[in-house]
Amino acid sequence: MKVEDFDMFCSLLKQRSGLVLTRDKAYLLESRLMPVARRNNMADLDALALAVRTKRDEKLLEQITEAMTTNETSFMRDGRPFDLFKTVVLPKMLEARAAKRHIRIWSAASSTGQEAYSLAMLMEEEKHKLAGWRIEIVGTDLSAEVVERARLGVYTQFEVQRGLPVQMLVKYFTQQGDKWAISPDLKRNINFRVFNLLGDLSVLGQFDIVFCRNVLIYFDQPTKAQVLAGIARQMPKDGYLFLGGAETVLGITEKFRPVESQRGLYYPA
Amino acid sequence: MEQKTCLVVDDSRVVRKVARKILEELGFACSEAEDGLKAMESCANSMPDAILLDWNMPVMSGIEFLRRLRKMTHGTTPKVVFCTTENDIAHIQEALAAGADEYIMKPFDNDIIQTKFMQVGLL
Ligand SMILES: C[S@@+](CC[C@H](N)C(=O)[O-])C[C@H]1O[C@@H](n2cnc3c(N)ncnc32)[C@H](O)[C@@H]1O
Repeated sequence: MKVEDFDMFCSLLKQRSGLVLTRDKAYLLESRLMPVARRNNMADLDALALAVRTKRDEKLLEQITEAMTTNETSFMRDGRPFDLFKTVVLPKMLEARAAKRHIRIWSAASSTGQEAYSLAMLMEEEKHKLAGWRIEIVGTDLSAEVVERARLGVYTQFEVQRGLPVQMLVKYFTQQGDKWAISPDLKRNINFRVFNLLGDLSVLGQFDIVFCRNVLIYFDQPTKAQVLAGIARQMPKDGYLFLGGAETVLGITEKFRPVESQRGLYYPA
Repeated sequence: MEQKTCLVVDDSRVVRKVARKILEELGFACSEAEDGLKAMESCANSMPDAILLDWNMPVMSGIEFLRRLRKMTHGTTPKVVFCTTENDIAHIQEALAAGADEYIMKPFDNDIIQTKFMQVGLL
């Protein structure tokens, strides 16, 4: 790929999704964008680059942006954050919201929905404590394709075996051929929508608990800081933020501080 | 810490070999049995910490073995993880009712074995 094309794609991606690519990732750009070129009847990436330069075809730009997202996820990913949610965060919230009896949770880069559904299952396991409560889970992602899959809630045998205890599988899924579909009851309190974290977060309203995991790693420092500041504005002071295993607020923003001895968990400052 | 032991029960030599390799990489000392009856004998000799168990085998099936095992030990040890091509809910429920701790639907990979063994507290 020509250097000026690589640079052009990079600045497009940076602007549209926050994704930062270094030169050594040129292969990634090529392998992910070739299918986009083909789908649009273009012979190669030169043609795709030319099309981007000469036409402002929003659909094409969307396809390029989505093709470059990494949607890797799994049920109960990394285990520990979900233990923390159940043993520390949820009990605290039940106390703090006892008057309102309403909790809003945000899965801020929900990909194909496993994170949001994991939370829904954990809440369901605690439902004896939640009688009369309104629990809302909102899942958002930049990619329309993964949002559609999340809404569908149908997973392969491989996907349901990564992280999901089998007791939960039989309890919350039904079998559809060789796929597994999440129960309609669990879906009822979850709303998935397309949303860009670089946009105005206030349209989503306030959240008591935010999972923003494994997405900030793709951004540069200023973008991380901007998104974290935006999230902080959507949270009450007694809210909780979960970040991914390789992510932190330290050295990036003062809007959050770590919860002592609970890795990956933060309070608004 | 003492090395944990796992008995791999499957009538396919290839599956036993693949599973054994993964489990050894996870730190288990492994032994093998090719059917439920051989597995019974092995357990009577020395009870492992974990059992990876196929369903369909000649002589004695995995589910039959599990029922006998749970009668013999009257408890929740060893941990038993089914690993089988039976991938319908009815089989899974039958396995859980008989005292299985986890259930892997073949084909499996390192990742699945690792997370399942983690979930039942073996790792
Ligand atoms: C690796 S997945 C993380 C999924 C899940 N949170 C987890 O930890 O398993 C990252 C997701 O972030 C989404 N994403 C990337 N940039 C985004 C942006 N600017 N706004 C919203 N979502 C974005 C991608 O589409 C992708 O689905």
